[in-house]
Amino acid sequence: MKVSLTVNGSKHKVDVPSNTLLVDILRDHLGLTGTHVGCDTSQCGACTVHLNGSSVKSCTILAGQAEGVHVTTIEGIGSVTDLHPMQAAFRDRHALQCGFCTPGMIMSAIDLVNTSKGLDNRAVREGLEGNICRCTGYHNIVAAVLQAAEVMQGSSDE
Amino acid sequence: MSNADTGIGASVKRREDLRFITGEGTYTDDLNQPGQTYAAFVRSPYARARIDAIDVSDALNVDGVIMILTGADMAADGLGDLPCGWMVKQKDGSDMVTAPHPPLATELVNYVGEPYALVIADSRHAARQGAEAVMTDFHELNPVVNLASAAQSEQIHAGIPDNRAYDWELGDKPATEAALAGAAHITRLDLINNRLIPNAMEPRAALGVYEKGTGDYTLYTTSQNPHLERLVLSAFVQVAPEHKLRVVAPDVGGGFGSKIFVYAEETAVIWAAAKVGRPVKWVADRSESFLADAHGRDHVTHVELGLDQSGRFVGLKVQTTANLGAYLSLFGSAVPTYLYGTLLAGQYRTPNIYVEVQGVYTNTSPVDAYRGAGRPEATYVLERVVETAARELGRDPADLRRMNMIQPGDFPYQTPVALVYDIGDYEASLDRALEAIDYQGFPARRIASKDQGKRRGIGFACYIEACGLAPSQLAIQLGAGVGLYESGEIRLNPTGNATVFTGSHSHGQGHETTFAQIVSDKLGIPFDDVEVVHGDTGRVEFGLGTYGSRSLAVGGSALMMAGDKIIAKGRRIAAHLMQASVDDVSFEDGKFLLAASNQSVTIQEVAFAAYVPTSYPEDLEPGLSEKAFYDPKNFTYPAGTHIAEVEIDEATGEVDLVALVAVDDFGEIINPMIVEGQVHGGLAQGVGQALLEHGIYDEQGQLVTGSLMDYCMPRADNLPDFIVDTTITPCTHNPLGAKGCGEAGAIGSTAAVMNAVTDALGVKDLSMPATSEKVWRILKGE
Ligand code: FES
Ligand code: FES
Repeated sequence: MKVSLTVNGSKHKVDVPSNTLLVDILRDHLGLTGTHVGCDTSQCGACTVHLNGSSVKSCTILAGQAEGVHVTTIEGIGSVTDLHPMQAAFRDRHALQCGFCTPGMIMSAIDLVNTSKGLDNRAVREGLEGNICRCTGYHNIVAAVLQAAEVMQGSSDE
Repeated sequence: MSNADTGIGASVKRREDLRFITGEGTYTDDLNQPGQTYAAFVRSPYARARIDAIDVSDALNVDGVIMILTGADMAADGLGDLPCGWMVKQKDGSDMVTAPHPPLATELVNYVGEPYALVIADSRHAARQGAEAVMTDFHELNPVVNLASAAQSEQIHAGIPDNRAYDWELGDKPATEAALAGAAHITRLDLINNRLIPNAMEPRAALGVYEKGTGDYTLYTTSQNPHLERLVLSAFVQVAPEHKLRVVAPDVGGGFGSKIFVYAEETAVIWAAAKVGRPVKWVADRSESFLADAHGRDHVTHVELGLDQSGRFVGLKVQTTANLGAYLSLFGSAVPTYLYGTLLAGQYRTPNIYVEVQGVYTNTSPVDAYRGAGRPEATYVLERVVETAARELGRDPADLRRMNMIQPGDFPYQTPVALVYDIGDYEASLDRALEAIDYQGFPARRIASKDQGKRRGIGFACYIEACGLAPSQLAIQLGAGVGLYESGEIRLNPTGNATVFTGSHSHGQGHETTFAQIVSDKLGIPFDDVEVVHGDTGRVEFGLGTYGSRSLAVGGSALMMAGDKIIAKGRRIAAHLMQASVDDVSFEDGKFLLAASNQSVTIQEVAFAAYVPTSYPEDLEPGLSEKAFYDPKNFTYPAGTHIAEVEIDEATGEVDLVALVAVDDFGEIINPMIVEGQVHGGLAQGVGQALLEHGIYDEQGQLVTGSLMDYCMPRADNLPDFIVDTTITPCTHNPLGAKGCGEAGAIGSTAAVMNAVTDALGVKDLSMPATSEKVWRILKGE
């Protein structure tokens, strides 16, 4: 089937079998390999992207559901020379080790901060429950999200 | 220029992060080759069966399927078995009994998920469909699943009675038994160390490329040790000669041991690439990872600790049955023996220790090193029995440990189980940990919890580990199949920056940062001018990769040695440039200084002169590139105290880990931020074992916990913030004074948490994981 979607601001048309998952469209057809696949049961969150502004696990979206959507992936939120506050905080607080869960974790965290007020340690832990990290023990991830939340919410209040 | 912000001891932000946080990392699955095909493995649905016939005709008709290869095809091509890299000698001096392990099964399958064929197709989807269409006639056989009764069950492998790979011992049995007979008190405990499934977040993957024109093979794969992978594939499996095979481990998404081993899948992929004449790619589904990654732990143990009237440990006897799975994985034999029995002295002066281990085969996934590898199992046995002894004797668990600890004046300390500890200060970590958890305040907290219908418990673990496996000669005498040194090379480029090559491998540990810190510090070159290369046999001369918390202590030390050689040669060049004698030239902070003068030349000027030798010593080779192999003189011995505090809800049985303190002595620290991160990750895995994780097979040998829905991985809301700190006694025998930090978190925390849970519940033991259901049943008196 033919699917048109907007990814990181650019329009794309792909022709894929109807059982293709959004994550495969991103990785295999658009070359956006920052979005990872860590499981086959929608449990790990490594594939998290933003779909029309909210975080979703891109391994749960079929090609047909991707028609006309706006997707933002890790490649679309910042770059090495212009990091998103969440990316900067992850580096600053050493919130990643192998980096495999990181893109999904960052995308979930941005959505969490965007949709919550007065985040604290517990709320961040509960909010990131859908993303598994095997390396960091989450301690520094929580610290990074709280740090980024200050920056992000501070700037959005202006 | 001083390197205070980037040198040894500075929490330099990691340079690898920039690519990972922007989605620009390059993991194996991110690589693709023109004309690439996809492989899917056909795996056994049974735990034990004979393969009577394989019919591939339907599968070959699946659209897109190119070729189907079976174990018989592989055998016909003369490929060898997957080897076990450590020969364990039995009690009677004979060699352990190794079952042949063909990469693809031919006549018998011995665990659910064992691959016996692979389908190559134009697309991932077609390969999978093809794999499903392969029709196999199996004759089911009775599987051996239960570890405790495996020796009395049907024989899995021909010629291996009692399903026993080895019966191994260490220590003085008569002396230990005599000590126990004379003990004033004996504490006995039966323990199970639950099977774990590693679950690095990046599933294993391989991409094999064969160049027809040159006969060169390139294997991109998720390996912790690409050179060892190449060695095994060429020397043992004989896929390709070593000089025609390049193994590249690009960014690797975590390993925790599970990516040390050479597996069937990458072996088959690189072999198939030549057969198909096109690149072949395979990426594991998570379900395949569950079935086919080597698992960890899985011991059954009986332990007896004897104490005298005053509470001094007089003897320790340990009997363990270790599950090795269906085949001996690469280091599967060494983990429950040399990496386990040797650690049973712990931090204590116990004079008599005896351990015997039966390594048995079962129809389950092979078991091998998982973070800590043998040392968490040893710590679990020792620290559970010590804590239990304290309870039985009504002693404070911290005090009882303290009075038995090896003292700073006792080093070097020869344990009764082969190791010689070089240095430590165990009370220092214990004291710091007691303070951090506010041990004084615990009784009041316990009462406060009780008032809210909750039971509070505290538990200790004072662990020791042996890291940086060493020295090569000793290890080889003890059965290791390879040396245990590490290589390092520093190439100063003509413009004065440096390219550094290490044989160890980073899959999350941050070598690109820490190793650059070391070289920058050593040679006085700006941090940003040092590039670290690892993970490619085509670029790095040799190496043994990363496992056993060895990278810094062994790999970092090799770089220090290479740095010394650079400085030595640089002094000769500098002396020539300054028209002085070499003896008058010293080196400091990137400058060669001439004594009794204000003359100096920078290392960058020396590098330039080395490559553009206009004025140059006559008898010296041009160039400024040096390499070194560092072979450790001894193990390093990180040690510390972990203390856990839990609160249990009487109504639900839910265990809330309210505090976890880890105070560790890793020797000198290069990058404290990275070290803390390593500890955090290890703690999460240790807590996971105690409270959540369990790899379970049913009686038929089916893996019940075969997905992330059934196998409970620690998530953010299962864990507290951790309290971590360090004390330092520098390692006495390597140039960095470093001991290693990668596994400690997972070594002490498990026992600490279980000691806390049993303390809260007032029970002697409870098998891991302490799930709310199990705890609730205990609270109900069931
Ligand atoms: S890949 Fe694991 S949740 Fe999508
Ligand atoms: S950083 Fe490795 S899984 Fe999170």
